[in-house]
Amino acid sequence: MTLTPVITEHWDAPDLYTLDGYQRFGGYRALRNALTMDPDAIITTIKDSGLRGRGGAGFPTGLKWSFVPQNDGKPHYLVVNADESEPGACKDIPIMMANPHALVEGVIISSFAIRASHAFIYIRGEVPNALRKVASAVAEARRAGFIGKNILGSGFDLEVVVHAGAGAYICGEETALLDSLEGFRGQPRLKPPFPAVAGLYASPTVINNVETICNIPYILDRGVDWFRQFGTEKSPGFKVWAVSGHVNRPGIYEAPLGITMRELLDYAGGVRNGGEVKFWLPGGSSVPMLTPDHLDIPMTYEEMAAAGTMLGTGTPMIFDTTVSVVKAVTRWLEFYKHESCGKCTPCREGTYWITGMLETFEHGHGAESDLEVLVSACNQIAGRSFCALGDAAATPFPAALKYFRDEFMAATQTPVDEQFDPVASYVFAGAVAR
Amino acid sequence: MTDMLNQEVVATVNVTIDGVELQVPKGTLAIRAAELIGVEIPRFCDHPLLEPVAACRACLIEVEGMPKPQPACAQVVSDGMTIHTQQSSAVARDAQEGVLEFLLLNHPLDCPVCDKGGECPLQNQAMSAGRSESRFEGEKRIFEKPIPISAQILLDRERCVSCARCTRFSEQIAGDPMIELLERGANQQVGIASDEPFNSYFSGNTIQICPVGALTSADYRFRSRPFDLVSTPTACEHCASGCSLRTDSRRGEVTRRLAWEDPQVNEDWNCDKGRFAFRYQAQDRITTPLVREDGTLRPASWPEAIDVAARGLQAAGSATGVLTGGRLSVEDAYGYAKFARGVLGTDHIDFRSRANSEEEAQFLRACVAGTPLTVSYAALESAPFVLLVAFEPEDESPIVYLRLRKAGTRVVSIATRGTKGLAKMGGSLLAVVPGREAQALRDLPADIRQALSQPGAVILVGERIAASVGGPTAVASLAAATGAALAWIPRRAGERGALDAGALSGLLPGGRPLTDARARSEVAAAWGVDADSLPSTPASDVLDAASRRSLKALLVAGVDPADMPAPFVTDAALERAAFIVSLDHHYSEITEFADVVLPVALVTEKSGTFIDWEGRPRPFAQVFKDSLAMSDASVLGMLARAMGATAGAWDGPGIRREITALGTWSGQSAEVPAVEPEVGPTDGFRLASWRELLDAGVMQEGEPHLAATARPVVAVVSSSALSALGSPASVTVTGPLGSVQLPVEAGEVLDNVIFVPMNAPGCSIYTDLGARIGAAVDVTAGGVA
Repeated sequence: MTLTPVITEHWDAPDLYTLDGYQRFGGYRALRNALTMDPDAIITTIKDSGLRGRGGAGFPTGLKWSFVPQNDGKPHYLVVNADESEPGACKDIPIMMANPHALVEGVIISSFAIRASHAFIYIRGEVPNALRKVASAVAEARRAGFIGKNILGSGFDLEVVVHAGAGAYICGEETALLDSLEGFRGQPRLKPPFPAVAGLYASPTVINNVETICNIPYILDRGVDWFRQFGTEKSPGFKVWAVSGHVNRPGIYEAPLGITMRELLDYAGGVRNGGEVKFWLPGGSSVPMLTPDHLDIPMTYEEMAAAGTMLGTGTPMIFDTTVSVVKAVTRWLEFYKHESCGKCTPCREGTYWITGMLETFEHGHGAESDLEVLVSACNQIAGRSFCALGDAAATPFPAALKYFRDEFMAATQTPVDEQFDPVASYVFAGAVAR
Repeated sequence: MTDMLNQEVVATVNVTIDGVELQVPKGTLAIRAAELIGVEIPRFCDHPLLEPVAACRACLIEVEGMPKPQPACAQVVSDGMTIHTQQSSAVARDAQEGVLEFLLLNHPLDCPVCDKGGECPLQNQAMSAGRSESRFEGEKRIFEKPIPISAQILLDRERCVSCARCTRFSEQIAGDPMIELLERGANQQVGIASDEPFNSYFSGNTIQICPVGALTSADYRFRSRPFDLVSTPTACEHCASGCSLRTDSRRGEVTRRLAWEDPQVNEDWNCDKGRFAFRYQAQDRITTPLVREDGTLRPASWPEAIDVAARGLQAAGSATGVLTGGRLSVEDAYGYAKFARGVLGTDHIDFRSRANSEEEAQFLRACVAGTPLTVSYAALESAPFVLLVAFEPEDESPIVYLRLRKAGTRVVSIATRGTKGLAKMGGSLLAVVPGREAQALRDLPADIRQALSQPGAVILVGERIAASVGGPTAVASLAAATGAALAWIPRRAGERGALDAGALSGLLPGGRPLTDARARSEVAAAWGVDADSLPSTPASDVLDAASRRSLKALLVAGVDPADMPAPFVTDAALERAAFIVSLDHHYSEITEFADVVLPVALVTEKSGTFIDWEGRPRPFAQVFKDSLAMSDASVLGMLARAMGATAGAWDGPGIRREITALGTWSGQSAEVPAVEPEVGPTDGFRLASWRELLDAGVMQEGEPHLAATARPVVAVVSSSALSALGSPASVTVTGPLGSVQLPVEAGEVLDNVIFVPMNAPGCSIYTDLGARIGAAVDVTAGGVA
């Protein structure tokens, strides 16, 4: 399968991030067109395109937009979830760095479609460079008359606010993001009501991922048929794949949905040092891991689900044989324990417990019977926590145990650092003095 | 929805829970529906009066058609829904057990030394719904314990299960979001802003609703185990809100008091005064009768003391004045009303040991005494509009504040100062000069008058209206003109009962006018006395200077002279009365001057009834069943017998039967007052004041932790007046008797008004300033010159 650079097509142009650079490659053409359309027609177009959310859950975007009640007399809001914090996920931030105007144009069109006159871009606070790029793109767009009152004479008014989060993973959960945006402590909200009915400031709100929104101008500009020629029936379009880990050329590869990991690995130059894949994750630490046996499965929402995992953010992480799976899982759980917001019992207490138990394995003190307790503890979290953070935290261990039980057994005897030289797994292993 | 008869019909849905089909009102939560068939689903964060939060996950149940277990506390049942609780679902049972195991991971399990042990929802539900053994072998997280979040409330973060009941109560019910959850994950904890303690008037409720021992009071911590306590249903003796309480005692001592559920009155809540202020009871009790001999009081036997008192009172006869104070049960107040008319033959009786007026007495006789329960808490909740007059609910009747706030009723307050309490109710202020409420009531803006004309609109008037010449008149005529319901909310728990019992001149029990022959004969028949022996001419105000001079004896119950506007009652005035009999449980200034002191029972030593502001009886049971102390009425009965009179029953049950048999007056009620408002200049600074909930009141003595949560004692002037004074940090306020210096801040008062707390520590407007509400006072910047 060939690469299909769309969002990333002109990333080598040094001034793509500027308004002039973006317009030189056809930027804001879709907006001019969209503003002449009936907003409902835009929603229909996006529905027809089959675009699914790129933030991890893969919910159909057009369907989400159509949930917003119209003529309800309430203000509507578009909120862009740019709080990319998932371990292993690094696609939204590069997009915002390299092609911020695609996001801005997408925001304007999407707002027009759902009749929002106020849009918010909630950017993870730890990435001020991305924040600056987007803020400056918004300012440029405003000067060009794409944001503000009566945009391009269409009568459509839009304000766009770029908001910096304060560094909490939970704020990537859409309702926690809304609380945070409203100035409260970021914790997920009880649903129903769903954001489409009562979201930001209790008004109908659409929350979309950065990459999802960036797809919008291209779909409108080039058409549904063009979009659907990529991918599969259930997973149409292309994806910004961010490949990381033990590969020779980690980075961003834009290719249709349905590409296999083996193909992506080839584009990424294969495993470093001619090594072998030990395990890999298709999209962030919150999806179950896979093994080399799964390298030829088409990476679509449906095929990944059939393989017992999820496409997630579509940011594969590759681990070669130098890595201890026990250690990797322990690091992820330490992350979830640290980021659990504390609201619900299973996530707050479960991550604390599981992490502690995994650490005993990492140090070679685990007991075989603890493996069953760990599985049971994960089962007590999955599906019972308040939001998906708990589900995510309950994911890594059972998958790891399924494929690498022997390694956990070995960790009942020997500390993992004695089994796996930690330095060998470093990307910069060769540069470390022994 | 209404049916053909226009009655409200509750829409229902059919639901099946554990195989049992039942019909419940639409909108019912699964956790409540399960309760209806006797299934108790475990819960921590759930509370019927708080918004669902579904945080603790202890109540997970299986709902057919839903892929994951659902929290029963947030799951609204829908028609045709099939639910499986732990009784019929392995998934639900496993989910609940899992959550309980999780909750105990980081819990210190210090139950043997925890106040909550024995009445702890975590302990109970871990036993009933948890696994018998924990599989957790790791280290628990450690916090410093306990840390004070106010002088009274101590926080043990290790025990906390993050259910957020306390924080939600404070925000949703009390309107005091002074506590909040902080930090993340297992480090999540309840906290306060730095240097801003949890000084909410309602903070104690958080201890009661905490499902673990994370919140304890400095007052009760480590004092007893719940299973050693004897619990008695009681009513609060502090204010006219009428809270139901549970009084817990051990070895003859009250150890704590809890709010007791009463959906019609206090729901599940009470204020911190009602909860914590009971230590006064055990302090400085009068244990024996005392008789004055050669100028000093000496202990005496009951027969001797009764004999001396009876002879003195008999000699004074109808020239005796009876002051009952505002704190008596209705039975005891009735005893005094009967003793005055039926035994002494006097109408010189008054329960108002506070600023009052003859106009107010007329208003009370005409508009309040013996009126049926029409304006209730429920009426406040459904009222489209409530006008407050000379009444600050949060300070003077806290449950009224909670209810108005809960309802979100539109509130306008005719008051001398705008408060945070008013803001928390979403009310707006119509600022007046103290004492000039009458004119404001007459000049009411048309929109407020309009709002009062709506069906269900209510006027709530406080006892401070007595300080406004023409005020009671104006309130009565406003209610009559607009059709608004009228309720009078005194501060003390016994005032409404005393009024209904006839402990006010011109008034017989049940709102009967003394001047009415039929009323007199009804009462005389009930008491078994000759109707002609009862006084038929109303006494003028008993505390009026002229009448006071004519009195030869005073019979006084629980009156604190410091409650009266000085120099209205002074030591000299007391001394002038020839013969003083005091019935009291504590030493006071009155007992110092008394010729005979007769000790009486506390609320814990007798059963009885208060009447709350609504007119609703609030019965309380005897806490100490083996107490030998006698109620006021019983002692009056002894006096009556010693004076050769009987006049019916003097015991509690007998008096209650008499009151019931008498019923309320059905005839013509007394004339409403007709007093013109005070006019003329209000030059200089005028004194605005009321008693804050927590102050130097004698019934708050002995509880320093509570006292430390009181609001700071400050004077309030308008911001322009503050600038005119040179923006000082403190001011000196001077009245006829003296000065007080206190910090000053800008607030919502008129430019010529200064608010000073009525009875705060070190700041009493009566004893320190000698000024009453509305008086001109001198205000200078800084300290005393």
